[in-house]
Amino acid sequence: MMRGAPDSQVSVVRLVYLARLREALGASHERYAVDGATTVGAIRETLRTRGGAWESELAPGRALRVAVNHDLATADTPVAPGDEVAFFPPVTGG
Amino acid sequence: MSVRVQTGPFDAQAEADALRAGDLEVGAVVTFVGTVRDLNDGDAVATLELEHYPGMTEKALTTIVDEARARFDVRGVRVIHRVGLLAPGDPIVLVVVTGRHRGDAFDACRFVMDYLKTRAPFWKRERTPEGERWVEARAADDEAAERWR
Repeated sequence: MMRGAPDSQVSVVRLVYLARLREALGASHERYAVDGATTVGAIRETLRTRGGAWESELAPGRALRVAVNHDLATADTPVAPGDEVAFFPPVTGG
Repeated sequence: MSVRVQTGPFDAQAEADALRAGDLEVGAVVTFVGTVRDLNDGDAVATLELEHYPGMTEKALTTIVDEARARFDVRGVRVIHRVGLLAPGDPIVLVVVTGRHRGDAFDACRFVMDYLKTRAPFWKRERTPEGERWVEARAADDEAAERWR
């Protein structure tokens, strides 16, 4: 993968938390450092290690939806620096 | 625009008229209006607040409309979804489909609603006498969307 930025500059993705999940985690968004390309599943697992609500809300059994750059995604969906990754509960519109 | 997200009310008849206007191949206009109920899971609902994910919402609705147009023989599709604070009885979502014949127009309208219910990023928060709570997703909505696979 091409790395245009100097090593001292960390690559980041924007993480977004919505609806009930935003309240449970106490966060609406954050800049999240990544080392090159990763996946939705890998980010979720790393967030879980923060413990507390992060560990319980993002646990494997919890119903959770994820979107990468505004498209619904799965655990295998790749994530690259500059992407926006949103975590949210199953939707309830209509 | 075939897709809109707005806080204010909509005029279903005006939207249907506008979608049909000038298209003399249209033989069927199907209009669906979803409204806020005053009871959910046995509790009285005083108000409903709708949150969405700006940016993704429009994209998701557009994808659903595009898919409906590809799957069914229809002439026009329009979707309007409201966000913000709503009360029981308020219209919350509008789907209008125009087509040459009623069969595909009915199916496309149902398809759009079934997909919207499971793929468009909206969340309802209810205020009831017991306090505020996020509305839980329903398995029946997933099953309705699965029927179109």
